[in-house]
Amino acid sequence: MSSHHTETKEQDYLIESQGYDDHFHEHHHGDKFQMNFLTTYIFSQDHKVIARQFLITGIFWAFIGALMSLVFRIQLGFPDADLIWLKPFLGKWIVVNEAGIGKLEPEFYYALVTMHGTIIVFFVLTAGLSGTFSNLLIPLQIGARDMASPFLNMLSYWFFFLSGAVMFYSLFLSTGPFSGGWVAYPPLSALPQASNGSGSGMTLWLVSLTLFVVSVLLGGINYITTVLNLRTKGMTMWRMPLTIWAFLVTAILALLSFPVLASGFFLLIFDRSLGTSFYLSDIFVNGQILDRIGGSPILFQHLFWFLGHPEVYIIILPAMGLVSEVMAVHARKPIFGYRAMIYSMMAIGFLSFIVWAHHMFMAGVNPFLSNFFVIFTLIIAVPSAVKVFNWIGTLYGGNIRLNTQMLFCIGFVSMFISGGLTGIFLGNSAIDIQQHDTYFVVAHFHIVMGVAAFFGMFAGIYNWFPKMFGRFMNDTLGKIHFWITMIGAYAVFGPMHYLGMAGVPRRYYRFDLFDAFSGFDAMNKFITIAAIITFLAQLVFIVNFFYSMYKGKRVTTQNPWQSNSLEWTTPIDAGHGNWPGKIPTVHRWPYDYGKDEREFVQQHIPLREGEQHSSH
Amino acid sequence: MAFVQMVDKNLPPSRYQAVKFGMWIAMVSITMMFGAFTSAYLVRKPVGNWYEFKLPSQFFISTLILIASSFFMEWAFRSFKHGKEKNYKLGLGLTLLFGIGFIIAQVISWNALFDQGITIDLNVSGSFLYVLSGFHALHVIGGIGALLVSNFVAFGDKFELSQLRLLRLDLVRQYWHFVDILWIYLLVFLMLQ
Repeated sequence: MSSHHTETKEQDYLIESQGYDDHFHEHHHGDKFQMNFLTTYIFSQDHKVIARQFLITGIFWAFIGALMSLVFRIQLGFPDADLIWLKPFLGKWIVVNEAGIGKLEPEFYYALVTMHGTIIVFFVLTAGLSGTFSNLLIPLQIGARDMASPFLNMLSYWFFFLSGAVMFYSLFLSTGPFSGGWVAYPPLSALPQASNGSGSGMTLWLVSLTLFVVSVLLGGINYITTVLNLRTKGMTMWRMPLTIWAFLVTAILALLSFPVLASGFFLLIFDRSLGTSFYLSDIFVNGQILDRIGGSPILFQHLFWFLGHPEVYIIILPAMGLVSEVMAVHARKPIFGYRAMIYSMMAIGFLSFIVWAHHMFMAGVNPFLSNFFVIFTLIIAVPSAVKVFNWIGTLYGGNIRLNTQMLFCIGFVSMFISGGLTGIFLGNSAIDIQQHDTYFVVAHFHIVMGVAAFFGMFAGIYNWFPKMFGRFMNDTLGKIHFWITMIGAYAVFGPMHYLGMAGVPRRYYRFDLFDAFSGFDAMNKFITIAAIITFLAQLVFIVNFFYSMYKGKRVTTQNPWQSNSLEWTTPIDAGHGNWPGKIPTVHRWPYDYGKDEREFVQQHIPLREGEQHSSH
Repeated sequence: MAFVQMVDKNLPPSRYQAVKFGMWIAMVSITMMFGAFTSAYLVRKPVGNWYEFKLPSQFFISTLILIASSFFMEWAFRSFKHGKEKNYKLGLGLTLLFGIGFIIAQVISWNALFDQGITIDLNVSGSFLYVLSGFHALHVIGGIGALLVSNFVAFGDKFELSQLRLLRLDLVRQYWHFVDILWIYLLVFLMLQ
């Protein structure tokens, strides 16, 4: 115990002697924000508390979203099963026939699919992932007291909470939540009379996601401003951990793309309630022709996917950043190709804005125009491959600690390769003629941005849990969680590639009634069982998470992973303002592992006499 | 020299810059939103079924009012920086009045459109005009809210040249010029179409 005690002392001494004095504690800023229970835990302006709020809300939504997927997977795997046992949970959405057999209402099946997509994409993998880790790590890793505007940061969480509350409420409407697919294409989304879910369900969906856009923008403004303006002395852009670079690029993407989604939503709202025809033309509903003419449904798709494609990078880039950082720490090696990692993130970010129409190849886009989108889409493979090469290069020859977070990093790379390769298929507009709207697409995006992003998130949670809660998560339970999830995810989504190649379409209520698809009954059963097992493994995670929060092994040293970045120079239970005295000054990049016989050298430790900066 | 005499209101210069920078970022995202509207306009127009009509002349009057208010804002800000309390108050008051005047002029313009028979659901060309000018007006109303607060502070509180107050005024000024330039962009865009 005494050795790390002196280590801590030495660290504090270094920060005090070398650090930058911003006169923070003279003004009692920190205390002003935390006067009572309400300002400390509920309407907190401390970025560390807001990060935990985002995380726990995200876990709640992940649980709901996963449960929904189980219900529709049971429907697909066992279309003849008696679902009466779900009646207590789903109420009138389980229809009981004369024989006493309970069936899932087809309309509600669509609602479940729609909600599953909306919840996982926006609430879990955008807010839960980027919201959690951008908030937690940006100020800590760049050496800032807090975000540029702690108040807007707090608002960002509460807009997200409100958005979630509205969406949650919509689940209980008598007409059900929106059921036209998470992409909300008109006319199903534009005409309240189009389907059950297109009425109040869609209205609440729009309200909820508009609030969500506000949340993302408030967060994004803060992340960018903080990274560019509030770095501590010595923390140049090229000394920032890759996590911070990833969050920066993510926030820029979000800031440029979410307003466009908002524009698309506003025009949709006018079509719904003011009788305009931005997206509507030549529509028949119940045999009646509507007087709405001249609009273009493709216009909505353009606006939606102008957000939608950057959105998948908004989801995956933070995961990439977390994986890069965690991997370097636990391979005890500098990240391979630090600058190449950053340039490839920038390239991915830039390209993500000029590929959106690859989601619309079959929607009536000019085939000559499609060619450009094909080319740019395939070019994304280059920076992606650079990143994969660098991760493998980081692992190569490393002194790898095979703990849970490292396993999830390796799993991430595996998933990213598998899902990325099928992306090359789908990026070709010619192959898309066969593959579009099939389970091949479902398999592709679930692996590359669903499972991979979750793996990045898990790596982050297991790694920074000690910073968030002052305790460790159980590593054995973590490994059980990892292996079942890893194998389970491939068991769920692997066979879907095969289904998709055979032309099995997505969003169908059941397949056994079609001659062409009835041969896949056993495969659909297999997928469903694998999904249930994978879900059970997530319960292991949830138990581990909440148990460890209160009863986990306590963190006794400031820097349990012997990591270089600045968050591990703060006290174990850091208060508002992060550092009790001065802010550390940075003297080196964050990946000095195994340099000059030293296992790791933290960023705030000055160069020794004659020591050269690591070239990177 | 003015900065030297300022009372420190717990505002380090780095934070001043950071907050101003945040406002720039917010302006970028609002620009993206209007960029999306005008792009949608450009994508939708060649498809056909598009009524042509003349912009009501009232829109040009409202433009002049908004530009004038921007000049008053700048005058108020500079007066504040140089400690000229009277000019600062007068400038802020005039900015607010002209801002409200702009909204009234916009409402008159919409009435003129309506009298021509161009309602929001008649044809998508008219819908776009209402959407562009309407969302812009909402952003101006947001600015008027901020100007109201500035006026309350200017006339209610004791005059004091602090960093915090300078920052707040600077933000209002930055945003107000932004909505002004945004409107000029929209008007030029609509005229060229």
